[in-house]
Amino acid sequence: MNIYELSTPLTDEKIEHLRAGDKTILSGVIYTARDAAHQKIINLLNEGKNLPFNLQDQVIYYVGPSPAKPGRTIGSAGPTTSSRMDPYTPALLAEGLKGMIGKGARSEEVCQAIQKYKAVYFAAIGGAAALMSKCITKVEVIAYPELGPEAIYKLEVTNLPLIVINDIKGNDLYQQGRLPYQKI
Amino acid sequence: MNVDTTKIIHFDTIREKVKSLCMEANYFLGEDIKIYIEKAIEKESSPLGKEVLKDLQRNWELAAKEQIPICQDTGTAVIFLEIGQEVKIVGGYLYDAINEGVRKGYREGYLRKSMVKHPWLRVNTDDNTPAIIHTEIVPGNKLKITVAPKGGGSENMSALKMLTPAAGLEGVKRFVLESVKKAGPNACPPLVVGVGVGGNFEKAALLAKKALLRKLGHFNQDPAIAQVELELLKDINKTGIGPQGFGGNTTALAVNIEVFPCHIASLPVAVNINCHASRHKTIIL
Repeated sequence: MNIYELSTPLTDEKIEHLRAGDKTILSGVIYTARDAAHQKIINLLNEGKNLPFNLQDQVIYYVGPSPAKPGRTIGSAGPTTSSRMDPYTPALLAEGLKGMIGKGARSEEVCQAIQKYKAVYFAAIGGAAALMSKCITKVEVIAYPELGPEAIYKLEVTNLPLIVINDIKGNDLYQQGRLPYQKI
Repeated sequence: MNVDTTKIIHFDTIREKVKSLCMEANYFLGEDIKIYIEKAIEKESSPLGKEVLKDLQRNWELAAKEQIPICQDTGTAVIFLEIGQEVKIVGGYLYDAINEGVRKGYREGYLRKSMVKHPWLRVNTDDNTPAIIHTEIVPGNKLKITVAPKGGGSENMSALKMLTPAAGLEGVKRFVLESVKKAGPNACPPLVVGVGVGGNFEKAALLAKKALLRKLGHFNQDPAIAQVELELLKDINKTGIGPQGFGGNTTALAVNIEVFPCHIASLPVAVNINCHASRHKTIIL
């Protein structure tokens, strides 16, 4: 396991050496999107319209934060289950999306698209949402405020701790990580 | 001579208590869970798994200190009521008091509003109501209120199967293990696994949910069932899934099983999966 510091936007050079199980400390601008926002992005793509942000080399964090208490930047902000975004993801990767942050396993189609388009899927620690909120230094709603926690937020993060799950070589930490401990 | 033991409880009292319970359940991790995770930190043999568990510890410390949610998914507000038959509620309808308490708790506590009005039209209700309320009438003159916020990620990995009698205990165990393996990393292991066996279709599901309310370390009072709880926990922790599914031997903290008599043709089994937060707070009025 290696530890890498990364900053967004991501490029092929920044991610091609990452392998499943590596720790990554991510800084820079990332965008949030969950189910409803993904559906809207796909609709825009199908209609040939502009997206709320350019996907090229960007990172999407699957998160619906809790509201910020007065004086705080954001509420708790841990990952949601990524597989719900699987049906939409290959189309976003084809548009240049480089990184995704969530939790839980991805579909075969997504894993193949990660290899094909050279991208990376990271896990954040589900349930460590208070801790992660400390890494978020700036928050701006850039689209669909009516969706509340499902809106698209532009976040600035500093030293967000992540684990590489799926890499460009087809490795999958969720498949491989358990093997040394599996006794059944 | 008959003594009137009726207890009068006001709408406003219930509303305010529910409000506080919503916030407390989301800010403060249960002491029993803390002890179990601290033990797991010692025993976990995966270095990455150990780190994850330590992060969960740092997380609950921070959440409590700053009174912010342990997890951003502050859940569906699931409420269990045990209403003594000698309790009289005045000042308004009980369920309105519960829902107003949830509304206030989620708004004033800066908790996430995660309920949509309609399953496929999907517009947010903006106040996390309606609560899902389970009511039982019990002897006595007390009102017991439990608020158990339940996250969507782990709820989505829950499962119910109508087994038939030939499947037996082995079939039950196999289904629980399969469900946990299927949940894998999605439900944020280490898990608390609630299992309901028997009753019928809806009773099994409710038993499984109720099983999640039992304190860790409190086994089923029937020693034979307690034995099954232990065996299943051991098997689940042999899957290697580990903390967050990164690999390790802490996949679940506990398996709590509740059983109920059932039909001669049936053997229903429900598995309600919870993440480490396994939130629930209770008050007795």
